[in-house]
Amino acid sequence: MFESLTSKARKIANISVGKIPEETWERILQMEAGQNKYGYDPFGFEPGFLRYVGPPIYFLHKKYFRTEVVGLENVPDSGACILVSNHSGQIALDGMLIGAACIFDKEKPRMIRSMVEHWIPTIPFLSWVFARAGQVTGTRDNARLLLERDGCLMVFPEGIKGISKTYDKAYELTNFGLGFMRLALETQTPIIPIGVIGGEEQIPSVWNIETIAKTAGLPSFPVSPLGTFPLPVKYHIHFGEPLIFEGKPDEEDRAIRDKVKIVTNSIERLLNDGLTSRKGYFF
Amino acid sequence: MKSRDSKALRAKARRQKKQRVIVTGIGGRLGLALARRLHRKFEVIGVDRRKVKHLPKDIHFERVDIRRRSFEDVFRRQHVDAVVHLNIMHNPRSTDAEHHDFNINGTKKIFELCAEHRVGKVVVLSSANVYGPDPRNPQFLTEDAALMGGQNFDGIRDLIGLDMFCNTFFWRHPEIETVILRPVHIVGQVNNAPSRFLRLKSPITLMGFDPMLQLIHVEDLVGAFERALIPGIRGVYNLAGPSPVPLSYVLAKLGRKPRPMPEIVVRRLLKMGWAMKVSDWPWPELDHIKYVCMVDDSRARRELGFRHTYEIEDIIRDLRTRPLT
Repeated sequence: MFESLTSKARKIANISVGKIPEETWERILQMEAGQNKYGYDPFGFEPGFLRYVGPPIYFLHKKYFRTEVVGLENVPDSGACILVSNHSGQIALDGMLIGAACIFDKEKPRMIRSMVEHWIPTIPFLSWVFARAGQVTGTRDNARLLLERDGCLMVFPEGIKGISKTYDKAYELTNFGLGFMRLALETQTPIIPIGVIGGEEQIPSVWNIETIAKTAGLPSFPVSPLGTFPLPVKYHIHFGEPLIFEGKPDEEDRAIRDKVKIVTNSIERLLNDGLTSRKGYFF
Repeated sequence: MKSRDSKALRAKARRQKKQRVIVTGIGGRLGLALARRLHRKFEVIGVDRRKVKHLPKDIHFERVDIRRRSFEDVFRRQHVDAVVHLNIMHNPRSTDAEHHDFNINGTKKIFELCAEHRVGKVVVLSSANVYGPDPRNPQFLTEDAALMGGQNFDGIRDLIGLDMFCNTFFWRHPEIETVILRPVHIVGQVNNAPSRFLRLKSPITLMGFDPMLQLIHVEDLVGAFERALIPGIRGVYNLAGPSPVPLSYVLAKLGRKPRPMPEIVVRRLLKMGWAMKVSDWPWPELDHIKYVCMVDDSRARRELGFRHTYEIEDIIRDLRTRPLT
């Protein structure tokens, strides 16, 4: 009985949620993501698990946000790399869409790993789902290990400040953290800048009520006249050319900040190009 | 005739060249496994305060508590080359005071005797559990990681104290080669918590948690002890077996029927069971099936020459087919 129910559920899911094409799926299952012979990588990622989280993401990526991806060839097929992107959208869907682009759109799928907060592993089910879907607890050692194992790490150096900015500051980059640059210098990893366009319009916030956020213990409390459900804006993801930096990882902040400036400049350039070339918020 | 004589002489010379090793706590399952491996290569003297059965014939056994005065006679009688210290008590029902007294004072005594009688090497069994499972742990802990196992679990504080105490010997007695081994969950023919858990027909698991797990087979651990006895080797070594897999994978391959339950319920049940003495599981140990506590054993593989021979399939076959005798 349960089998027929689950098959029915899957059928319904396939119709409404969008079916991943068979060949794409084949490529995903065959991708090299550092898994051992039991099918797991040391962080608990299991490519087969994308069976469960893949379809809804595919639907959001292809049908709902109709993401347009430019410059995907800049992401190498193998070898370590760090993806650095602007962060936006009150609800951070940009990371998910970058990951979807690299998995569903790339000729040779590339699993993007990102770092999650420390409290994620303490929450039932979330801890399990996040680990199986390739998310890694955010510690410096883990990031280093990922890169040493030729992983592809995605970081948002703006952090929560980037997500929660109000609409008047749309597509302005807030202060970048420096940790990713030190990591890149230490492991000699190329950095791929990414400009994500569309996120700022999905929930345009006009006011971030910080007092409420503070009392409720939330990172931000955005007020949006158009509601808190992401609008079906069109996302554009622009991958820039890899940047390779040289230098000592333990230099002064000033020296590191100069290098980070190069990354932010190239992200700004990607954003400006993308903004001038797009036709509208929803197309 | 002459050739036979020289053969006998050579055999005798070989016997004499054998190093003399004291194995404390030889009566435990790990001790017995180690004794069976070592007794051909080394002259093994076993020490335990328990009665010991099934020891190989050529092992000299001494039934004595290592804290007693008479233990020193073992050192006085003959020169000892190395001590493998396994005499470490883990009995969840004994008090913390008893644990500290037996484990730490016993170890102190061992080191004192080793320094006094010029024993060149001491190998101590610690555990990767001294790092403790924690959500903030990096996926693989190195030997330099802080020993945080005691933050939620009192029962392991004596082992952390013991590990730290042994660490002081690197500078207090630099002439002694101290080796501290910190293996992950030992499975196989041993009677410890992870082995017992994996032997349960329908083990209780925590709903929504499925951490990655490292297991090491007891025979591989014995191999690591054998390597640690090589002259020149000293230091702290993490030991892990095959590549990590999720807990659910191991349970599924073992053909177990896990019973996932909400954590609060399991914790309550274990506390009640503990109070009524129907369960001997200390509830803080639940963190081991909740969070990761995995180690990076690259140093042991590089410096100690440690290799695991039991893959996950072999470990699973062992746990499935060989009940604890």
